Amino acid sequence: MTRFVLRRLASTVLVLFTISVVTFLIFFATPGVDPAARIAGRNADPATLAQVRHTFGLDRPLPIRYLLMMDHLLIRHDLTSYVNRGTAVIPQILQAAPVTLSLVIGAAVIWMLLGVLFGTISAATRGTAVDPVMMVVGVVGVSVPTYWLGEVVNLVTQDKWHSGAFSWVPPLGYVSLTANPAEWALHLLFPWLTLAVLYAGIYARVLRGEILEALNEDYVRTARAKGLSERRVLVAHALRCSLIPIVALFGLDFGALVGGAALLNEVVFGLPGIGLLTYNSLQDLDLPVIMACVLYAAFFVVLANVLVDIVYAAIDPRVRRA
Amino acid sequence: MVPARGPWRTALADLARDRTAVVSFAIFLLIVLACLLAPVYAHDIAHTDPFTSNVSGTTLVHGKTVPVLAPTTTGLGLGVTPIGPTWDVHHYFLGADNQGRDVMARLLYGGRNSLLIGISSALICCVIAALLGVISGYFGGVVDTVLNWLFDVIWAFPVYLLAISLSVVLLTNGLRLGPVSVGAGSIWLPVLIIAAVYVPYVARPVRAQVLALRGREFIHASIGVGGCDARILRRDVLPNVAPMVLVFLPLMTAINMLTESALSFLSVGVQPPNASWGTIINDGLGLLYTRPLVAIAPGLMIVITAVVLNLLGDSVRSALDPKARLRGAA
Repeated sequence: MTRFVLRRLASTVLVLFTISVVTFLIFFATPGVDPAARIAGRNADPATLAQVRHTFGLDRPLPIRYLLMMDHLLIRHDLTSYVNRGTAVIPQILQAAPVTLSLVIGAAVIWMLLGVLFGTISAATRGTAVDPVMMVVGVVGVSVPTYWLGEVVNLVTQDKWHSGAFSWVPPLGYVSLTANPAEWALHLLFPWLTLAVLYAGIYARVLRGEILEALNEDYVRTARAKGLSERRVLVAHALRCSLIPIVALFGLDFGALVGGAALLNEVVFGLPGIGLLTYNSLQDLDLPVIMACVLYAAFFVVLANVLVDIVYAAIDPRVRRA
Repeated sequence: MVPARGPWRTALADLARDRTAVVSFAIFLLIVLACLLAPVYAHDIAHTDPFTSNVSGTTLVHGKTVPVLAPTTTGLGLGVTPIGPTWDVHHYFLGADNQGRDVMARLLYGGRNSLLIGISSALICCVIAALLGVISGYFGGVVDTVLNWLFDVIWAFPVYLLAISLSVVLLTNGLRLGPVSVGAGSIWLPVLIIAAVYVPYVARPVRAQVLALRGREFIHASIGVGGCDARILRRDVLPNVAPMVLVFLPLMTAINMLTESALSFLSVGVQPPNASWGTIINDGLGLLYTRPLVAIAPGLMIVITAVVLNLLGDSVRSALDPKARLRGAA
């Protein structure tokens, strides 16, 4: 088991290193992309451009620039933005992280509850009219563009019915948990629900498939032969085993979302989280911030992958030898 | 004795009997057809040009001539309010956007790009992923290690992050990669970017499938009787991988369409003057509170298209899965 964990961690470091190099190359080595031109502004004369290149070290060889950037980011922790001169990158990320975490944790609780509930009921009612109706609801959940749903929710809660049924909905934005817990939850309620719709749909569909698969297994037949009630067979036997792939899926989705995959939600609801920070830095080609955000995101994705693998290996010894 | 029907014929017969599949497919074809007929609608029915702004134009509503863009009367009185839906197919059926362009005509034209990008990127993605997955799983060794590591790296980027990064960079100068040359404003740029970021999602399951097949008796038998790699790949591996890739196709089309719309919404996808459902939603944002239909209509089109593609994907999956048929019979 220790060897397995060590091997996974080693490959993780390799993947993270590759991602940092790839990100660096995407933004610095793609022909025609010139960060100096962005920093200097429109129609800058060649002298200014050269000056900017020199100040930012953009005239040095690529490997040196990469090492310098990584040194500032990871060892000295004093990397600063190109666009907002002097703004340190790491405090920006530390400030954005709790916003994203608040959004993702709340949404995750909602989607897990809904997903497991819908998936189980769907599997339990197979063959009746309930199952296809629930599954169509699930398919719609998977098919709705999150950002569009967010805009429609804003339209309804902020404008059309804001003077009526939704007068209690606060304006867009974020209030921190420590400042005012009630306002925190109120501001995040609709972002949570919007984000949860997509994942609840996915999880309900996957779980239903897994349960139906499990109901054909021998151990379920044994459980039935023992004379257990259908409900007990479903919940204590079929559902329990079917939750294992769901846990794996959850680990991966949660990792990606914490890393900034909730970008569209944050843009639509004006939440100053990691996703919005990444998006703004991409728009400005603010490379130090992009680099920090991408590495932050990749770290969580890779971490989630490793944790899921380790949990799997702990459950199933065969995986360790693979 | 009647010869047994092949698996493909059986699956096709199953699909034809599956009401959900037939209805989904019919709706999908209807949407494709409507979008293909966009020029007919724009030129012969609505008589508008959906790509040029029409700031001072007028149109007919109930026989009266009204301006397409009226000065705003509420709030500060600044700016203009475009005409709302007239529900008259000849004159601004769904109203106008803030440049006075016919939203209905743009919706159909935008659909062409959204569908084209969704379908072609799904095709490219599935073909490349199937190739890489089969090569990686069948040959193993160094090739497998390198490809697997490549999948790991792409996998570790959140999809939207990678797609947006590539778009931001490539939109400025286009892409020149060996023989492939794509202009900066071309819609093939989002096609290639979206196809590339989803390759591991298809390639990984394909690789796992090939790895499992590699250990099966019939492959050992083929090797045993002296079959060469090309023959084993063509006769034994490919027929077992093809159904899996086919199941991915409608699902990836739906996912890719959603991704395209998100990129376009963030203005790093389809570039003006071209339109897609995502860019129209983006255009409609400024009008969300006055003319919400501009943003709502393309969103509904995306939802409907994605729903029928997902339902179709589910039906194809159960039609091609012999185990599902046994379960259904039991």
